[in-house]
Order: sequence, then C-alpha cells, then structure tokens
Amino acid sequence: MDTEMIDKSAQLLLDESYLAELRRQMVKFAHLQLADQGLAEDAVHEALIGALKNSSSFAGASAFKTWVFAILKNKIADVLRKNQRLPEVSESSEGEGEFDHLFNSKGFWYRNERPASWGDPLKAIEDGRFWVVFEACLEDLSPRQARVFMMREFIDLETDEICKTLDLSVSNLHVLLHRARLRLRECLEKKWFVGGAE
Amino acid sequence: MLSCTEATRLMSDSRERPLLFKEKVALTFHTSMCKACRNFGRQVGVISKLSKHYVSRTDKPEDEDSK
Repeated sequence: MDTEMIDKSAQLLLDESYLAELRRQMVKFAHLQLADQGLAEDAVHEALIGALKNSSSFAGASAFKTWVFAILKNKIADVLRKNQRLPEVSESSEGEGEFDHLFNSKGFWYRNERPASWGDPLKAIEDGRFWVVFEACLEDLSPRQARVFMMREFIDLETDEICKTLDLSVSNLHVLLHRARLRLRECLEKKWFVGGAE
Repeated sequence: MLSCTEATRLMSDSRERPLLFKEKVALTFHTSMCKACRNFGRQVGVISKLSKHYVSRTDKPEDEDSK
C-alpha cells in the first residue's frame, strides 16, 4: 500500500465538513429505508464507527464512501430483517386509482402523460442539482413503495428476502415496484428531464 | 393487444423475473407500436443505473437546492 495514498485518506477523515456531508447523505439514505429517524441515526452511527476503525486502508474519498455505504447497507438490511414494527400504511392510499391521472379507462397513456425521450439521461449524474431532485422524488413515493424500491435497487436484496421481511407476496412486491417506477419516472421527467431545470 | 398499464407492468417485472415467452411476444408487439412505452422501458433501466450511482456517488450535492 502506497503511504501517500493512506495519508490522503486520513486527511479526508479529519475534514469536518466532509464527514458532516457524508453523515447527512447516510442518514438520508437510511431514513428513506427505515422510515424512522432513530433507527436511521443508529445504523449510520454504527456504520461510521466500523468504517473509521479501518479507515487507514482506504485510498481516497471514493473508495471510502463506497465502502462506508456498503457497511450501511448491511446495517440497514439487518435492521429490516429484525424489525417487524415497520410503519403500517393503509392500502387505500396506494390502491387502485393512484394512476388514474396517467392512464385512461382502457389503460392507455393520456397524451400529456406519455413518457418522453430523456435524451442522454446519464449526463445528470454529473450535476449536483439532479441528485437533489432525485432525493425529492424518492421522498414523494409512498413509504411502502420507497421501501421496496430501495431494498431492490439500492441494497440489491433478492425477491424472497424482501417478501419475507415485509410479509408480502411476490405479486404484491411486483405491484409495488411497478407503482414505484411509474411514480419515480413521472417525477424525474417533470422535475428534471423534460420539465425541469436542465 | 396489451394496454399500456399491462405493458409497463411487464417491463417492470422483467427486471424481477424472466418473462414468459407469450409475455415477451405480447410486449414486443405493444412496444413496436407504442413509443411512450418504449421510452418507459428505457427509463426503468436508467432509473436502476441512477440508483447505483446514488448509492456510490462521491461528489457533494450543491447546497443551494432551495431556490
């Protein structure tokens, strides 16, 4: 291991504003999935402690952040597995009718709601403002939609595990993911890719 | 012919499970004629990629988000 690289990583961890920002992102990430501020802060705390213990083996911010989020994902997965007192969400708030504004009675897109081309969407990755919109759109999902979407796309949990943890049937899970994707793409298109600041 | 509701459901499902042959055929038939659903299909993949970047991104968000 290159000592110069280690120094760089150590310096980064002495940077208060870097740590504060990292912690903010982690708490947000955990909170979206655990829907509980206390649980989120505990998970982040544990992940950071674990990460800081071994921080010297990381060369630079990028590797460190990837790693610390990997630890956090494991902590979140543990909490989700153990924790059965997940907030109840009434089915009615996300039942039939949620997408009546998108599709007509025959199930075809209304003209104004048709998904448009996003051009070169991965350009957004480089724009800090995009991620603010992305987080806002995640928060716009119902808690259950957000939970399953993040378990699937952020934490990469398998279908079986998500179903077992949340006591969902596979088809319920697929319904929730479909709705989450419909809502997320609608939000991203209106707030960024077509209607937004870009 | 599938409705767009059904087509988008199959496109979402295709990220979770392999589609049946008859589902693939019905979906291809639909998307060959429906540009909106073709766009949806691409966007579902884009959202998945963006999610991976969100988890591992290293740049700090700008703080002047409240306009």
